[in-house]
Amino acid sequence: MKVLIVSTLIYGLVQGATLMLTALGFSLTFGLSGVANFAHGGLYLLSGFLAWALVNRLGMPFPLAAAATVLLVALLGAAVYRLVLRPVRGITLSEVISTFALGVALIEGFRWRGFTTYDFSLPPFWPGEVEIAGVSVDRQRLAIVGAGFLLPLALWAFTHHTRVGLALRGMAQDETTALAMGIDSDWAATLSLSLGAGLAAVAAVLLLPLGIISINTGYEVLLVALAVTVLGGLESTAGMIVGSLLIGFAVVITGNFVGPHLSEVVYLGALVLVLGLKPSGLLGRSKEIEERV
Amino acid sequence: MSREQAPDPGRKAAVGPSAGVASGLRPWARRERIDRGIKARSDDISVLASPRDLAWLLLPRTLPIAALLVFPLLGGLTGSYWQAVMLNTLVIALLALSWDLLASVGLISLGQSFFFGIGGYLAGILDTQFKLGPLVGIALATILGAVLATALLLPLLRLRGIYFGLITFALPLLLMRLVETTGALGGTEGMSGLTALPNRTVELYLLIAALLATVAGFRRLSASDRGLVLHALRDNDRAVLAAGFSLPWLRTQAVFWAALPATFAGAFVTHRYQFVGMPAFSIEYSTLPLTSAVVGGTGGFFGAVVGAFLLVPLSELLRGFGSLRVVVYSLVLLGFILVLPEGIFRFAARKYAQEERVVPLGEGQECPPPS
Repeated sequence: MKVLIVSTLIYGLVQGATLMLTALGFSLTFGLSGVANFAHGGLYLLSGFLAWALVNRLGMPFPLAAAATVLLVALLGAAVYRLVLRPVRGITLSEVISTFALGVALIEGFRWRGFTTYDFSLPPFWPGEVEIAGVSVDRQRLAIVGAGFLLPLALWAFTHHTRVGLALRGMAQDETTALAMGIDSDWAATLSLSLGAGLAAVAAVLLLPLGIISINTGYEVLLVALAVTVLGGLESTAGMIVGSLLIGFAVVITGNFVGPHLSEVVYLGALVLVLGLKPSGLLGRSKEIEERV
Repeated sequence: MSREQAPDPGRKAAVGPSAGVASGLRPWARRERIDRGIKARSDDISVLASPRDLAWLLLPRTLPIAALLVFPLLGGLTGSYWQAVMLNTLVIALLALSWDLLASVGLISLGQSFFFGIGGYLAGILDTQFKLGPLVGIALATILGAVLATALLLPLLRLRGIYFGLITFALPLLLMRLVETTGALGGTEGMSGLTALPNRTVELYLLIAALLATVAGFRRLSASDRGLVLHALRDNDRAVLAAGFSLPWLRTQAVFWAALPATFAGAFVTHRYQFVGMPAFSIEYSTLPLTSAVVGGTGGFFGAVVGAFLLVPLSELLRGFGSLRVVVYSLVLLGFILVLPEGIFRFAARKYAQEERVVPLGEGQECPPPS
């Protein structure tokens, strides 16, 4: 019983950190530029396969390949804004549809080209396991917990204490005023898309070593990102941490005590409940008026 | 006064010097769109001048309907494969119409399969429990399904814009997982061995009648006073609120009307395949209608139908290529959103009714070159 409780605690924490990493890029882009980047899952999957190709085709060492992947995908994010989003900027429907179409095209494109076998997996950064109070945890998961809590804090510092970060938040809060202050709206949105895509790649190189890269991960990642972002509330780092921990523990507890197939129900149920009851999320404040009348 | 200038020729005004030179006009010229003579005549003058005018006016309106009505009779000519494709097309067209009505009220649906699945499962339940026969079953499942779907969405109707999109994206997936994990309603097996519809001709005419009724009904709804208020919901919901309307009640009505063709499509497909299961909530029934509506052009309902008639046969042709099919229609969707956001129907309608010509920019007036 004690082992079960400890393992629930540890794996809940790991699951929470995983969710946080997964959702971070989506949440950042949504909070900073109002673009719900439905291509998030596609970019995540692309990052995984890109890192795989860099390691296995070009023979790069994995850390270098991971860094290159993050950089390349961040550039791709900027390109996505310039090519796909700028023509339809401000039309919510078209933004959603164009990123959604891009994401589905990426994911299904990989499926079509046969990226579906068990050959596709990434090596862990930090192999081996440790034992905590009788529960063995592999070190990659500990690294994920570490990254899952350091990255949001770093981003919080970035958006609250650097000029660029403040400019981005200014644009998110009041576009007209931000424009009057000399902040370029296109530049801000390009940067936020690029950051979001880069974070999707970070999540991919950290999380994918835990298993094989499967195509349907692309869709799951999008769902997770939606659920965590909505539950925590936009633009609220604390909300995101609380949201992902809540969902993480809920998933692990239902998995351990109710049934292993229910985890997706947990995400979706959380999403529907929060949208129905308090659409600005647990700790969100600023968008309360915009989302409903 | 037979030719009027198009309302906004400015959008097409950017024409370089070469165009002006080529047409022998001043160096700085622009294109403008004007109504064709035949359009001006048939719009302005109540007495039609010639059989040609009459044909110009009536053929685009009657030919498609006539073609639809004749199609089921040509079974020997078209073969059962294309009849099946036609059935799929009509089903997607109904879902696209439903999407279009929601979009015209400002509710972006990313989950038409929510309505489709509810209609499908209700038809399945009605058939296994009460054995009412397919026609009564479909009718009941349509109406009850629309009521049920509206009731389920009721607490969520205060949401707008992208938040409504998120919830409709999640709902069908949630229902699908619930069916899978709880094993309710047949679980992963679904319900099979349901009553079949009499024959293919009846199936086709049923869908065609539903399609025509939906287009006519939705267009009439849009033209009514209530329809104007509903469209205002999309454009400025706070103004509607200020005018003393209840937004949730208006949205409830819109969702109910929009749910009808979609639940009908679900109930129909259930009886057609004599089966209903988790695929009824699959994402395909959400993305194909959405793509159809965007490709054909949103608003006005004809576009959604045109889009479905272009896209579904294309999608069927690509069926042998596995998920390349999905890649292709995602890219088609992306292309249309970026390049031709008005959609094929409006584009074609404009070409049919208007022509472009190059005109000089003002009399004796020199314009600076565009920077």
